[in-house]
Amino acid sequence: MAEPVRSLLLAGVGGQGVVLASMIVAETLLRAGYDVKQSEVHGMAQRGGSVFSHIRFGPAVESPLVPEGTAEVLAAFEWAEALRWLQYVRPGGAVVADVRRVVPPGACSDRRAWLSSYPVIDATVLREREVKAHLIDATALAADLGNVRAANSVVLGALAAYLDVGRDYWESTIADLVPRGTAEVNLAAFRSGAEAPAALIDLPAPETGTGFVPARIEVNESWCKVCDICSRVCPEYCLDLDGDTRLVVVAPDACTGCRLCEMLCPDFAITIHHEGQVPALATTGAGP
Amino acid sequence: MTVDTRVLLSGNEAIAQAAVEAGVQVAAGYPGTPSTEILETLARHGEIDVRWSPNEKVALDVALGASLGGVRTLATMKHVGLNVAADTFMTAAYTGVGAGLVLISADDPGMHSSQNEQDNRFYARLAGVPLLEPSDSLEAKEFTKLAFEISEEFDTPVLVRTTTRISHNRGVVTTEARRVRETLGFSRDPSKYVMIPAYARRRRPVLLERLEELTTYVEESPLTADIAGDSTVGVVTSGIAYRYVREVIPGARVLKLGITHPLPMDRIKSFAAEVDRLFVVEELDPFLEDALRAAGIDVEGKAFFPRAGELSPDAVRKGFAAAGVLEAPAPVPEPPATVVRPPLLCPGCPHTAPFLVLKRIGAVVAGDIGCYTLAALEPLAAMDTCVAMGSSIGMAVGLAASGGTEKPVVATIGDSTFLHGGIPGLIEAVYNEADVTVLILDNGTVAMTGGQEHPGTGVTLQGEDTRPVDLVALCRSVGVDDVRVVDPHDLAATYREIEGAIAHKGPSVVITNRPCVVAPTKVKDHPFTVVAEACTACQLCMTAGCPSIVWTDETFEGRRKVAIDTTTCTGCTLCAQLCPPRAIVLDPEWEAPGRG
Repeated sequence: MAEPVRSLLLAGVGGQGVVLASMIVAETLLRAGYDVKQSEVHGMAQRGGSVFSHIRFGPAVESPLVPEGTAEVLAAFEWAEALRWLQYVRPGGAVVADVRRVVPPGACSDRRAWLSSYPVIDATVLREREVKAHLIDATALAADLGNVRAANSVVLGALAAYLDVGRDYWESTIADLVPRGTAEVNLAAFRSGAEAPAALIDLPAPETGTGFVPARIEVNESWCKVCDICSRVCPEYCLDLDGDTRLVVVAPDACTGCRLCEMLCPDFAITIHHEGQVPALATTGAGP
Repeated sequence: MTVDTRVLLSGNEAIAQAAVEAGVQVAAGYPGTPSTEILETLARHGEIDVRWSPNEKVALDVALGASLGGVRTLATMKHVGLNVAADTFMTAAYTGVGAGLVLISADDPGMHSSQNEQDNRFYARLAGVPLLEPSDSLEAKEFTKLAFEISEEFDTPVLVRTTTRISHNRGVVTTEARRVRETLGFSRDPSKYVMIPAYARRRRPVLLERLEELTTYVEESPLTADIAGDSTVGVVTSGIAYRYVREVIPGARVLKLGITHPLPMDRIKSFAAEVDRLFVVEELDPFLEDALRAAGIDVEGKAFFPRAGELSPDAVRKGFAAAGVLEAPAPVPEPPATVVRPPLLCPGCPHTAPFLVLKRIGAVVAGDIGCYTLAALEPLAAMDTCVAMGSSIGMAVGLAASGGTEKPVVATIGDSTFLHGGIPGLIEAVYNEADVTVLILDNGTVAMTGGQEHPGTGVTLQGEDTRPVDLVALCRSVGVDDVRVVDPHDLAATYREIEGAIAHKGPSVVITNRPCVVAPTKVKDHPFTVVAEACTACQLCMTAGCPSIVWTDETFEGRRKVAIDTTTCTGCTLCAQLCPPRAIVLDPEWEAPGRG
């Protein structure tokens, strides 16, 4: 059997430059003499959604898509995206991941536990899958070089260390494809990623939620003139008007006790009762 | 072949390259994922007349006219765009062409960026035109060039159907020089080009005869390729499915169909007779499978391979495993839990505030196709319908006519979508006196497809200034009395104008006019930051769903306070307008670029 077709996967968040990075990888492999197919999805996903790119190379490539469990390296420009595509990595393959976090607002929506749904950064999740975990703080390395936008080149440098493709092919491609005026910083970033071993980085400790404090909304209807101020500001949409005649608590269980309605009511018609001890949150040094 | 002429091109770029090499002189289309980059690439050539039309039907009208005028012509659109152009397409099969006319339909199996995953191969059968299905970038180029030859030889429009995996897959392509033929000029021929019933009746048999001739051509075409292999399993396939079949079961004998309408049924029958088990592997609907069955061929297909969604090597392997042809693939462990990451409206998006207002008002919102459709998702969750380009206004009129809701009925539609298909809906609202409010979300670009120009922007696809459509004058001219314009970054004014328009009896229009934050110019204004001591963690800012606002470790009464990522904040001021304790302020540490 001839030289087999090989697979790589690149992943990140819309707007991070995943498409350009995968064009650089594909062009590098073409220049190194391989047949290459590279496939990604444009359009809606690029509005801050999850973006991934399949790259396949070898003497003659058929499918542009990587079969599950076959990728040699998954290069992720963001931590949560490294986890999302893990089923594509073959046993013994490598995951090169920037530990940068892009937290979507939807991760901050659990108003019961007040705990972000963003996954904890922890290399053991990867090692349990029998893949090499190569975590780097690419964004910090790029910032040290003077341009955080060069973080992708740091990740590509780390990816290149797993492939037997000449450094010259990488560097000439990067110089040709990155935006004008940024070749120097991107080449420096690429080298720092290629040469720095999987650096020991300080991983933030897992955090805990604060727990839910039930709150109750009390409306004194005889004072309420149905002016609609409270129902227009309630962040949880707890309050609504019944026609123009009456204020109704339509979603009492959604109240988080923020008191906006109580404080903004010009007629002191609303009182919020916190029903329980308000807890303190243990500070971990990490954001959500 | 020398290494120097080999370049990596996406399927869309390869189609543009084919148009260049085939000597295309006019190209028209409407942006739509995954087709958009074809014309964007072609526009950079310089010598070709490449244009965005207001919608796909007009684009195909322009293309047909140019073809009759004697020059090779390309029309491009996404799959659902062909629904819009179908009226012209069906009868263009009767008129035939002047010079070559090729229509690209870029389908979107898996609905990566679409409202449905219709299989446009059926359009070729419906219209009676030849259909070519490339399987990678190289074929995208070669098949498109051949499509022009077929178009001229058989006097017919030709449909080239790609899918997302062809259009957005880069592969190695060899390029050649452009060759332009002498312009044929327009030859007057009313019996061929004026489709009154008397003439159309004469063209219908011509179309059927042409299909017979095409069938003979396809039987002999090198695009019908018999790939040697073990005859215990034979596979008839086309397009991207061919690549997955070759990947997964390289030993099987394969009949690869490059032209899938009309079908080379004699070739297929003899292939079927020479293999023990015959499979059809195709993406989406059983287009080939049903045709084979109708021809009396015993075949297996959709019993094993999915009809919904995109195919993949894994799906094809599972299908052959279910059929007992391959061993079942080793189970791959599920990925670990990670955060859900749907696409979002950008930080500073001018569409956010109008939907915040609509959510508060509690309107029934008929939405439309564009970035603003993302307002259907949490936390805005302020859209009730979204069906097709321009449907919002007519559907709002219908919702109001039904009497099925006591809430105000509002249609929301982007500027380009309004010009594409919304204007007749607005005329309907005026003509039949509907009490609806239409929000035209004018961000000055076709944002979702990557920021294309349109007739309202005042710039053509080739970057030249042109006369922009005046939306206010347009709305007034069709008879809307209450037309308002508001800056959607002014939350109070947006609230006031939308409420005022809803209070108006009869049709009203509110135009929110603020440019998109990413196209044509990436907006980066003075970012905001949160004064943590002042934040009461009320979460009101979070109701806007801005990607720049996240929770921090600090709490107030057990609730998480928020922080703003100043690197992504565009300074739109919306959260600062929302914040009751005024904890959101201009970032004092920010330095404007280039002003230091």
